[in-house]
Amino acid sequence: MRTLNTQEISDAVYRMALKAGKTLTEDCRRALTAAAERETGAAKYALDTALENERIARRENLPVCQDTGMAVVFLTLGQDVHLAGMPLQAAVDDGIRRAYRDGSFRKSICDPLTRVNTGDNTPAQLHVELTDGEGVSLTLLPKGFGSENMSRLFMLTPAEGREGILNAIVSAVREAGSRPCPPVYVGVGVGGCFDSCALLAKKALLREVGTLSPRSDVAELEKAALARINALGIGPQGFHGKTTALGVSIETAPTHIAGLPVAVNLQCHCIRCEKEIL
Amino acid sequence: MKKLTLPLTPAQLHALRAGECVALSGTVYTARDCAHRRFMQLLEEKKPLPFDPKGAVLYYAGPCPAPEGKACGSCGPTTSARMNSFAPKMLRLGLSAIIGKGEMSAETQNALRECGAVYFAAIGGAGALYGNAVKNMQLVAFPDLLSEAVYRLEVVDFPLVVAYDTLGNSVY
Repeated sequence: MRTLNTQEISDAVYRMALKAGKTLTEDCRRALTAAAERETGAAKYALDTALENERIARRENLPVCQDTGMAVVFLTLGQDVHLAGMPLQAAVDDGIRRAYRDGSFRKSICDPLTRVNTGDNTPAQLHVELTDGEGVSLTLLPKGFGSENMSRLFMLTPAEGREGILNAIVSAVREAGSRPCPPVYVGVGVGGCFDSCALLAKKALLREVGTLSPRSDVAELEKAALARINALGIGPQGFHGKTTALGVSIETAPTHIAGLPVAVNLQCHCIRCEKEIL
Repeated sequence: MKKLTLPLTPAQLHALRAGECVALSGTVYTARDCAHRRFMQLLEEKKPLPFDPKGAVLYYAGPCPAPEGKACGSCGPTTSARMNSFAPKMLRLGLSAIIGKGEMSAETQNALRECGAVYFAAIGGAGALYGNAVKNMQLVAFPDLLSEAVYRLEVVDFPLVVAYDTLGNSVY
């Protein structure tokens, strides 16, 4: 049995959040650079500006986007680990609170009805997955809401099948239009139930841009969806062009014989994501 | 790229065409959802707004706090569509332009045309670049709204795309 003090989790969350807010992932930067080479006019201008923005963020030590997001934290925890110290959620929140203060990040979390800001960007959205062994790994995805607002859940019927899945994905991106800061990264959950399907879609966003599902039938769906999305012509920032999405990532899970849930979680072109193993 | 300095004359506004890239300098006011709700309440109570809307430019943005030594933190645009229910009313009070990101409604587009005002799209996600182009930032109203308060920004060479021009043309 391994004992881990939750202070270490708090400190890891702090490091990850501080870094994530100020950097794009390597794969995101690569995908944006490639897209800028394909585009012309206002679309190219938008992508060049996004890449220039990343350089300025690094040089000036500023958050890449002012929407430093809602902190989504995935913790994979070996079941042979004993957590000591402050409660887990409090430890994660403490890391977020310190990072958003020290990084001069925007505090974007508020009560849904009164709209009163919590003042420190907490609570973080914490998802814990138990595995065997003594391993502990953390992934942090600061999620902006321009794109989160455009996400959708569809409860399809089994008869709608693969075509229904493709239509759901493409319609979510079409209806979102220029609002989610395209080119988007499209996270899709297929299967599970109402709640787990949405979580699958969010987990799909953790996969590196430009990679395909190891399941060949799912990879085919990803390629078909991406081709149809880029044929929409919405383009970077809605200025038309070839790049409406940087990629489509689909995660699946077994579902009920009566259903076919499909969740589409959109991610803007500012992909910020950090991982740490403790 | 065309350089523009605020305030813009009606002739300058009318000369802008959708799709054109410009670098804008001058004074703009930030406002998001919550600030707009308060503007509407003030108007309903026949009280003045915290800034003179005549000829003013609204920037749909909520900046990050300014780090030490900087005028402003990251400060890119937010999704303009959320302000569709307020924009026509604000435009009719005399705004010369709005800055945001993404499409706006037919009602907003009509109001822009009717008022001879322009909608500029800033590049979403480029918060560091825009924040760095803010040379001065002053709180104007609603400090309790934190980043959603109304701030007066002095900006230099904001890179923008004319999204809706005064003739009703659109970049989208």
